[in-house]
Amino acid sequence: MIQFRLDSRSGVPTYMQLVLQVRQAVRLGVLRPGDQLPTVKEVVETLAINPNTVLKAYRQLDGEGLVEGRRGQGTYVTQGIAATTAADDGSLREELLSWVRRAQGAGLDEEDIDALVASVTREAFTGRVA
Amino acid sequence: MTAPVTVTGPTTRSAVRAVGLGKRYGSRWALRDCTFDLPAGSVTALVGQNGAGKSTLLHLAVGLTEPTAGRVEILGSSARRQPRDVLPRLGFVAQDHALEPRFRVADMLEVGRRLNPRWDAALAREHLARLGIPLGQRVGGLSGGQRAQVALTMALAKRPEILVLDEPAAALDPLARRELLRMLMGAAADTGLTVLLSSHVISDLERVCDHLVILAAGEVRLTGPTDEVVAAHRLLSGPRTEPTAVARMHHVVSENHTDRQTTLLVRSTRHVYDSRWRVDEIGLEEIVLGYLSQTAPGKDVTE
Repeated sequence: MIQFRLDSRSGVPTYMQLVLQVRQAVRLGVLRPGDQLPTVKEVVETLAINPNTVLKAYRQLDGEGLVEGRRGQGTYVTQGIAATTAADDGSLREELLSWVRRAQGAGLDEEDIDALVASVTREAFTGRVA
Repeated sequence: MTAPVTVTGPTTRSAVRAVGLGKRYGSRWALRDCTFDLPAGSVTALVGQNGAGKSTLLHLAVGLTEPTAGRVEILGSSARRQPRDVLPRLGFVAQDHALEPRFRVADMLEVGRRLNPRWDAALAREHLARLGIPLGQRVGGLSGGQRAQVALTMALAKRPEILVLDEPAAALDPLARRELLRMLMGAAADTGLTVLLSSHVISDLERVCDHLVILAAGEVRLTGPTDEVVAAHRLLSGPRTEPTAVARMHHVVSENHTDRQTTLLVRSTRHVYDSRWRVDEIGLEEIVLGYLSQTAPGKDVTE
């Protein structure tokens, strides 16, 4: 079972934070096929959030085929997410590390680097310069 | 007069519907030309500053006051004209909680049982036990948070289909506020309860509410599902300028200027072609503040 948490300042919609945490837990093997997600009521009472938000997150995960709602029983993980082999052997991580070292060398501090990575990532995924 | 903006119309059964609703006290309109529609099962925040007309609107909805203009229906009927259809299905938690301070908690529950045919005594006792509120305690000796919990418990034990709360958390500290919202959301998860709550505190409404009605100076400035409201707004920042060119393409909700910089809250999903503007997404809280800080009502055409 996983415990959700919320970052109210992240700007990421609440339902999407739940979706991302389930995906992450499945990717890291914290959640395995057959594991049950917390019930809507449990999530709602822990986080004091709207039940429709939890339902929306679970519907999205269901649509992705990651979990399956079983009537009257709850929501269960149906499949794992295969982490990319590249990330497994660490080459992406190494490249990123050497890039971060270069950025450090160029005088960027941690906050500058975070901001730059976030901006480039967003640009790559949305095609929009933020 | 404002053209109230509806981001999208509800698609499901209506729980609260106001059409041209208005209330005048003497020569002053406390509420004017309010139109909105909230679907069953939704959790709606009615936000606005003190004096914006929130309590007036809620009192009209639950039938405590007679409208001067228009109408408001709860579950398809008027609480004032068809009280037998509405009142047994409606819970109302007033701002002052309407609890008798000399009564013990158990006495309040007894009052509830006698007044409500659908009273769920087991649910009331279970709720209070879980909160650690002793039944023998006098209401006057409870903390503000506990009184709010007792008032909410009483409303939930009625087993209502719709619950209306006037500033339920206004006087509570952050922890008590969170506890109250937990209980409220738990009830909504259990029964599909429709919730309409007013609040001038907007900090954690984003996690609780899925619909929004923004009220300012007695008029509805914006209404719609919160995720669509968030998706429909952008923050533009750029060099100091008058927003006339932007306003041709996008609806400008509010504008802020310093010597060098102009910041605009716009309602639009269209692309901004002028590269001098930096375009940012904006959270619900800031959107609400943008509408509340509007000096003149946003006269506009719905996109």
